[in-house]
This record gives sequence, structure tokens and C-alpha cells, in this order.
Amino acid sequence: MVESNTVNAGDVLLELEDIHMSFGKVEALAGINLQIRKGEIHSVIGPNGAGKTVMMNCINGLYRPQQGNIVYKGRRINHLRPYERAGLGISRTFQKVEVFGGMTVLDNIRLGRHIHLKSGIASGSIYAGKTAKEEVAHRQFIEEEIIDLLEIESIRSRPTGMLPYGLQKRVELGRALALEPELLILDEPLAGLNLEEVEDMARFILDINEEKRWKVTCLLVEHDMGVVMDLSDRVFVLNFGNMIMDGTPKEVQQNPEVVKAYLGEEDLYATRK
Amino acid sequence: MQHENRNFSSDIEISKDLTIPKLFYRQATRFGQDRVAMREKEFGIWRPITWHGYLENVKYIALGLIGLGLEEGDKVSMIGDNRPEGLWAEMATLCARGVGVWLFQDCLIDEVRYIIDHSDTRFLFGEGQEEVDKAISIFNECPKLQKIIWDDPKGMRNYDQDFLISLKEVKELGRELEKEKPHLFEELINKGTGDEVALLFYTSGTTALPKGALLSHNNMLTMGKHLMAVDPCLDKDDYVSYLPFAWIGEQMMSISCGLQIGYTINFPEEPETAQENIREIGPHVMFAPPRMYEQMTRSVQVKYLDATWIKRKFYEFSTYIGYKVANLKFDKKPVPVFWRLLEWLASITVQKKLKDHLGLSRVRNAYTGGAAMGPDHFRFFHALGVNLKQIYGQTEVAGISVVHRSGDIKFDTVGHPIPGTEVKIGEGGEILTRSPSVFLGYYKNPEATEKTLQDGWLYSGDKGFIDDDGHLVVFDRTKDVFTLKDGKPFAPQYLETRLKFSPYIRDSWVIGDKKDYISAVLCIDYAVVGKWADEKKLNYTSYQELSQMPEIYDLVEKQIRQANKDLPDLAKVVKFTNLYKELDADDDELTRTRKLRRAFVEKRYEEIVDALYSDNDSVHIDTTIKYEDGREAHIKTDMQIRTVKE
Repeated sequence: MVESNTVNAGDVLLELEDIHMSFGKVEALAGINLQIRKGEIHSVIGPNGAGKTVMMNCINGLYRPQQGNIVYKGRRINHLRPYERAGLGISRTFQKVEVFGGMTVLDNIRLGRHIHLKSGIASGSIYAGKTAKEEVAHRQFIEEEIIDLLEIESIRSRPTGMLPYGLQKRVELGRALALEPELLILDEPLAGLNLEEVEDMARFILDINEEKRWKVTCLLVEHDMGVVMDLSDRVFVLNFGNMIMDGTPKEVQQNPEVVKAYLGEEDLYATRK
Repeated sequence: MQHENRNFSSDIEISKDLTIPKLFYRQATRFGQDRVAMREKEFGIWRPITWHGYLENVKYIALGLIGLGLEEGDKVSMIGDNRPEGLWAEMATLCARGVGVWLFQDCLIDEVRYIIDHSDTRFLFGEGQEEVDKAISIFNECPKLQKIIWDDPKGMRNYDQDFLISLKEVKELGRELEKEKPHLFEELINKGTGDEVALLFYTSGTTALPKGALLSHNNMLTMGKHLMAVDPCLDKDDYVSYLPFAWIGEQMMSISCGLQIGYTINFPEEPETAQENIREIGPHVMFAPPRMYEQMTRSVQVKYLDATWIKRKFYEFSTYIGYKVANLKFDKKPVPVFWRLLEWLASITVQKKLKDHLGLSRVRNAYTGGAAMGPDHFRFFHALGVNLKQIYGQTEVAGISVVHRSGDIKFDTVGHPIPGTEVKIGEGGEILTRSPSVFLGYYKNPEATEKTLQDGWLYSGDKGFIDDDGHLVVFDRTKDVFTLKDGKPFAPQYLETRLKFSPYIRDSWVIGDKKDYISAVLCIDYAVVGKWADEKKLNYTSYQELSQMPEIYDLVEKQIRQANKDLPDLAKVVKFTNLYKELDADDDELTRTRKLRRAFVEKRYEEIVDALYSDNDSVHIDTTIKYEDGREAHIKTDMQIRTVKE
């Protein structure tokens, strides 16, 4: 189902054109334009209620914007359902973890792999030939590429709901990765984590983005400015549905309007050094 | 007291000429492709490595080291988790005629710098990014260090320093060298003799900087031979290597014994999965410091508290029988048929399952050593039907010198010397040892060598005596022994291990030398006490807060009263306080093998000690703690001081 339509590093992977999204009289997004290039970590920052999560929901298809185009790999995808977009290689994690608590860590991750399973019910039930081979290959992928990367060997067979929050976030990331996405939307992956977990998670994001095996383009929504400025190639600043600016971390830090709207407020400038 | 040599289980004659590489080569060619030398759990599957594979890897790493310029007697350091590559690196170093040095995986940068610099290390094997980062940060301060070798590529993509080289590249160098000089490896192996230095082993000093003990091939090999003479292992046995290689006990099991017997060494997937992996393997022999057994006891006690009524009754019934039978065996009395029947019943209903969960179902001999273990823990395992034995040893004898014999176990002793070993009590009750395994001396420290090695006798610095049955009893470190108010000597270790039998207490530190009464500083077990607090609906946010809650003080006081039972009045804990943090090796409070550094904590927590011997009921703390990566945090708190009610 994944399209072979390739985009080279540095080309535009996803484009938002003049996106408008309102709920009743509240205009959550008022004409957003954004270009995400392949290979980048593109962050979206903004105060609470700025419309960041709405924007993510529009990209992965949970919301349909009233106006504007969402173009992925040169193709307009406005009409596609979330699972169809997942099939194109768009994967995400959620601000508040959305794992399946009663299932084991391994099962949660396997679920993310579902879209790549080709065998049908009939061949699956006798587990022979191609199906067996396919399963071995998927198992190898999950073990070698995901569990090893995220260092969750010790919790493999534990029910996810029993795990601490930080580990649940990791499992959710693992599930998103099992899809082998080209674009990964991370909605506040660091919220609620302690310092050590933040450091681990930041390292995983970098690994996913830079490691030859992965090279995943990341769209990162995050409040932790220290991490955002360190990791991102570009930062998009959103305030009450409007774009303030889109530039490199350095440009953003120097922009007086951004500082006033966001960075200047000391309590929101939740940097950790 | 010397023990006559018995029939040895291994048929290997340890001559003066034999070295570890020679033995390794002989065993590896003998077992070849048919036998599994080691197993590692990787990506969720146990993957075997045959002796042939072991030999191939060692060969190319050794030749690679030669290719990098390793010369005879050069020091090669290793740091990282237990994994095949670590053992290969060590064996390759020895084969290439270098000297191996192991560092604890969690060593802080300062410790790494000290050991690398003091040992004159030229090559360092690190596992992955973490170890490489440590090495890079000290590289400029250690002029002798030339190359850092890594094997786990994770996170290494942006490192391009030219002193870094991957294990793969080293092996490639080795392959090329083999083409040029096809017999070099065998020639190197044939060169050595048994009295050459094999390992430079840094002791975890409880008082001062670590000292480097020089151990010869002969030291290591005789050690293995003598231990295996007491409790033979079989070549089909399994052993799980999960304790740091920088600890002499692990070297003794993996190298000294493993090589002679040829049993399979199993490496866990990650340190966190060790307990689970041990259960999967079910090893036949186990050697661990008391803290591992303490941890097992604690998990059983906690699970018991959580269990349903019927399960608890079954457990109580089986432990009652277990203790009864164990006590009969301790007293060397015959076990009546009726009790044997009950023991069988207990075994099939509870003990078997319990042992399986702890990974002890196939254990023939389990050893504990490296620190004192309380009699309560000891009896606990025997009541479970585990043949747990105390050992007494130190780095300077390449492992152990004294061990319990099966069927002759007294839980307050450490048993009889192993073959080839003499033990006597010197002046002031100091334990002295003489054996072929006694080390060659300390590296670059003739003063310490002179003090420790006299006329071939090793002066241990431990106080002890030999009891009527010829068992050695280790009292405590000589300098740690207290003098009580009535002038009697007292071993703080004894009380500390008693306190630690409570599942709620993780660490204990007893004070009272030349004082009016004994007091204790305790560290609660965060997980166990935290769970207890959850059940009692107590709210807390941190270890610090939890440790200072009055309810927790009540709980701890109850544990102390239990430990105080049956002790003479002057040896009872009178006052105590809960420390606001756990004792940690990173703060220099414990050694890397988790022994309390008494002199250090006494100085560091001087205000607490003072408060325990004053009329105050609390003490104010204002301090900084440091993390493994060098960061620091500031702590301000008040610690309660409580007097134990009778």
C-alpha cells in the first residue's frame, strides 16, 4: 500500500497551503502555510491553545480542514482517511499516550506493523510458506530495529498499562515506528517525563532522524525549548491559529515577536539545562 | 590448617609453563565446532557461539591488537556490560601477550581516568557510545592511551576521531596480518609462561584510592583448579555471567573455572533482564555477592505479602518445614522419615516453583562472598533447599581461599580452606593466607605490597578466628571492629546484615565505636516501602519525602526491634534515622561492589553522627549530590532522629 513515489532529501515532503480550521466560531487555524522538507526535524511551538494539536490532527486526517490543501509527496491528500494516510507513510504519537493498556508491549508494536502484513486469514491460519517467512521477517524487524533502538528489551512481554508513563511514551513511539513511516508526527513526546527520560527520548528522536536505517522526517510539537532548539532544523511558531514565523532555531530565538509572544514568558520557557 | 588434595575433576595439570592462552587454545581446538562455549541473548533469542567461533574471534582481535602496535606487557583496559565481545577482548589481550585491566561499567569519569592513567593503558575496549564518551573526555589526560575500540555502532555515526576504531576494523587488521604471518597467533600463544602477569586488577578500596593487584596466569589457573576440586562442575553445565567482569569473582567463574571445565557461559540480553534470563537458563552454579541474594529474599518476602490467603498459608507451611529440616542439617542431625516426607511435600507444592522463579531450580552450588551475609538470609535459602555456601576471598588471592563444604555448613562461618591453601590467624587476629594463587604485588606501589605480602603470606586486614570445627570465622575488617561501652569488641557488619533482612531496609550503617550506645542510619527500599505507602494511602513525591514520614519511621522502628531481638543490651540499636537518599557508589559512599566505605560516610555525614549522640530530635541537611554524568543537585532537608522504644 505504501507508495513508491520517492522524494529526495531536501525536497518538500509535506506542504500545508492556507489551512483554515474552525470549531463553531473559534478559528483554530487561520490560514496556515507550512513546508516540511525530507530529512528535517521541523518543530512547531506555541503557547497552549495555539492550535498545534489541531494542526497535527489535520495532517494525519483526524480533522478535515474547511479550507486549504494538504499536499504529501506532491499529491493532495485532503480526502484521505487516517488509515489511508498511514498507508502513505504518515505515522504519529499522541500528546496523551494512546497505547492499548491491556496488551503487551510487543503486541502494541506489532499492531503498528499490521499495515505491512500481506498474508490473509486463510494462509495465516495454517502458518506455512510465505506467511511463516513474512512473520519471521517482521519479528526480526521489530526486535532488531525497534526494541533494540528504544532499549525496551526488559519490558517486552509486560502489559503496557502497568508501565510507568515514560515507558508508555516509548512504547507509543515504537508502535509509530513499526509502520516504517516517512513522516513521523510527535505530539509533545517529552511532556511529563523526568530529566533522564527526556534525554533518552531526545536521543531516540535524533537516532530516528539521522540513522541511515531510518532517516525519518519528524514533525515535532514540543514545549521544552531547550530540546526544540537543540534538535530542530526549522521551527514554526504558532499563536492563536496564526503563524508568527518559520525559520531556523537561531532566527526564532532572535525574533522579537516570538520572544514577546512565547519565549519571553519565563514560566513557559521551560528550558532544561 | 592445610587440606590434602583430593581427586580433581578437571584433568588439566597446572604446570609452571601453562598460561591462560595455552589452555584456551587447547580447549578451543578440542571442543571445536561441536560444543557451545557461550550464549548471548540478542534480539530476543539465545544465540550460541561455539568454541571454534570463540577461538576465531579471539584470534583476529589478538592479531588486530598486534597490528595496532601492542607490545609485550602492554596494558589493555576493558569497560562495558557482560557480553561475548568483552570476554573475547580479554582473552585476545592475553593471547597477544598484553595485560588485561577491567573497569566497572558504571565507573565515573574520575575513576576511569585514574585507572587508565595509573595502569599505563594503551588500548581501551569500550562497548558503545557511553563508554566511548567517557574515554574521549579523558583521552587528553592519559598520554599513554592510543586507541579506543568500540563494538556497538548505536549512536556512533557522528564520531570521526582518528583514535577511535571499531572492533570490526580491528578484526579486519587481524585477518590481514594473518595472511602475512600465518602462524603468528600460535607462536604468540606458545611464548608465555605461567608466572607472567595476566591481569592487573583494581581493588575497590573501602578506604583509599584503588590499588592495582597483579595476578599471574598461574594464580588464576590454580584458583580455578582448587575451587573445582571442592565442588566439581561438569562440562555440560550452564553458568550465567552477569556480574561485572571487574569483580574478581566473575573472573574466577568465567576464566579460571570456565576454561578448565568448558561449561557454557551465558550472557543476559541487558543488565535489566538478567534476573529473567537467569530463570530461562537455570544455571547449575552461581556466585554472587550477598546483595543479589538479599534482593531475591526481598522479592520473595514482598510477593508473599501480596499473595492470597491460601497461597500465604502454603508458603508459611513450607517455610516452617524448610527451616525445621535446614536446622537439623545445620546441626548435623539425621532428618527423621516423617520430616523427610513433609520436606518432599513442601518441595513439590511451594519450593520447586519458588526456586524456578528465582532461577535456582538447577543450582547445585550457590556461593556468596565479597561481603558479609546475615544468618537470616543464609537460613532462608537453605530452608528453600538451595545449597548456598559462604566463601571468603579477595582480589589478592585471585578469587577465594575458604569455602563451605556440602553437608558441613555453619551460617556464621565461611568454611574450610580450599586445597593448596593455608590459612592461619596472625597477630591481632588478622587472617593470613598462603597459596599458589596469592598475587604478585601491587602495581607501582611497593609500600603496600610490602605490607600485604610477607614471606609468601597474604595479610588480609580482616579480623577473624578459627572455631572448634576448624571453620574460619570472619569477624569484620580489623579497622571497622567497634569497642562497646563494656570494652567488648563488636562487628558492625553483623548488625547491619541483620537489619537488612527486613525487606523494607535496603542499606544500613551502624555507628557506635567507643560510644555510649549503638545507633543506625538506614536507607529504606524505595520500591518496597513505596508500595507499602501506596497501600496505606500515604502521599509522597520523592524518596526524600517518603523516608521522612512518621509512618515510615514507625515501620522502620518495628524492623529494628525485630533485629534487636536476642542481642545483648549494649549491642542493640538505640537511636536511628532514615537517610534522605540511598547510599550510592557514585557518591563514593559505597565501593563498586557495594561495600560501605565507613570512614568516608562518617566524615561526610558528621552532622548526622553528632546529632545521633546529642539530645536533638532532628538534624538539618544542606548538601549536594552528583550524578553519573557529572551533574550536581542541591538538597536541603530535615532528618528526624528517633529513639527505639523497648
